[in-house]
Amino acid sequence: MTTAVEQLNQETPLPKGKSAAVEQISIRLEFGGGLHLLFNSQPKHQVSLPKRISEDETEAGDDKAVTVKYLIKWMKDNLLSERVEMFGDGDGVRPGILVLINDTDWELEGELDYQLQENDEVVFISTLHGG
Amino acid sequence: MPPRLCSLCGTAKAIIKRPKTGSQVCKDCFFEVFETEVHNTIIENGGIFKRGDKVAIGASGGKDSTVLAHVMSTLNQRYDYGLDLFLLSIDEGITGYRDDSLETVKQNQIEYGLPLKILSYDELYGWTMDKIVSQIGKKNNCTFCGVFRRQALDRGAAQLGVSHIVTGHNADDIAETVLMNIMRGDIARLSRCTALVTESEDTIKRSKPFKYAYEKEIVMYAYFKKLTYFSTECIYSPDAYRGHARVFLKDLEAIRPSAIIDIIHSGETFQLDEDVKSGMKALQNCLRCGYISSNDLCKACALLEGLEQGLDKSAIKTSQEGAGTAPTGQRTIPFYNRAAAKEEIAI
Repeated sequence: MTTAVEQLNQETPLPKGKSAAVEQISIRLEFGGGLHLLFNSQPKHQVSLPKRISEDETEAGDDKAVTVKYLIKWMKDNLLSERVEMFGDGDGVRPGILVLINDTDWELEGELDYQLQENDEVVFISTLHGG
Repeated sequence: MPPRLCSLCGTAKAIIKRPKTGSQVCKDCFFEVFETEVHNTIIENGGIFKRGDKVAIGASGGKDSTVLAHVMSTLNQRYDYGLDLFLLSIDEGITGYRDDSLETVKQNQIEYGLPLKILSYDELYGWTMDKIVSQIGKKNNCTFCGVFRRQALDRGAAQLGVSHIVTGHNADDIAETVLMNIMRGDIARLSRCTALVTESEDTIKRSKPFKYAYEKEIVMYAYFKKLTYFSTECIYSPDAYRGHARVFLKDLEAIRPSAIIDIIHSGETFQLDEDVKSGMKALQNCLRCGYISSNDLCKACALLEGLEQGLDKSAIKTSQEGAGTAPTGQRTIPFYNRAAAKEEIAI
């Protein structure tokens, strides 16, 4: 497993200003219900995040494991290609967007506080479009 | 953290928290409980269908009608309703939107082996939404589309010879409509928008088997069953008023998920005072096209007259007082004769 992580670190550009020593994990993202239109019209993405983050969950650090809250902020800053209010609401997502973590409703997984692990899959589906 | 177990079977891993009850259930139990609840809606109070009924599923290719087509076929087999099911789609003539979503409906047709009928605005009214919007602009175009769609569904159903239309309206949609009717003071619609089945003398029976199904569960059902549906926003801007009601409702749901079912319940328990009821206009038939109307002309005929006159956005205000014959040279809607359609299908 560690070799996979090391390889990923070599291949993936790191966020600006972060040293190469920050250990990263790889997360799979998927968008449904028309949400991909907000993310460069691509339904699937693979991203890498720092494995550990700061206490206030805003940057890489060594206080806690990376959370979904960090992921959503990261997505708003780095991945979102359209208006932020179509996706985010406060620290979370707009009401009406469903989130699944490894095919389980995030409401059963601690929502924003869920601690992400290597190769987790997070799916976002909008319920807000057409009937 | 060990996986949370299903509160129904107690053995499998829970995958969804049900908004209606707050309970956590596994995938198989979720499918079963979702389908069973729709079945219960269908059979409550003596049931909405009779054996041998020909039923059209209003199919747009969107999430609700795609799941409805799947669940109706499943339940029809499982409980042997004995229904003859059809798919009925309306092509509003919106390039890049409806033409794409109709492809999804065509897939459903193949997957469920259901006959499909597509009726277009162009065929029925001589106008596509593209043409309407180019004349009247984007503002209020949803009114034209909504009025035309309602009549088109009835007419398509009459052509198919079906006695019943089911639509994918879900609990969230109905709660939204309750809120909108309250905000507009539309007492007549408020009193009927929560009905499971609506039927007036001259229109085809309509019902909403997903009346109590939460949007979240419909979308989760589609996700876990891997049903493909079409989910692009209409290019002619969404219904702004409904949009606000929707966001408000979603905010309420986030705080208290039962809000949706509670609003529907409130809508159901409104009682109209007899004085209010007697003040409402009686229904008659449109003098021009024969469709059900509370005025001399039905709304569709009035809107069409406005369009044919070449009016811009003021076409929406065309009077519903008018004569049976349209002004010379104007296109009209074919005469609607429900009785004839009924006789035609009598076995």
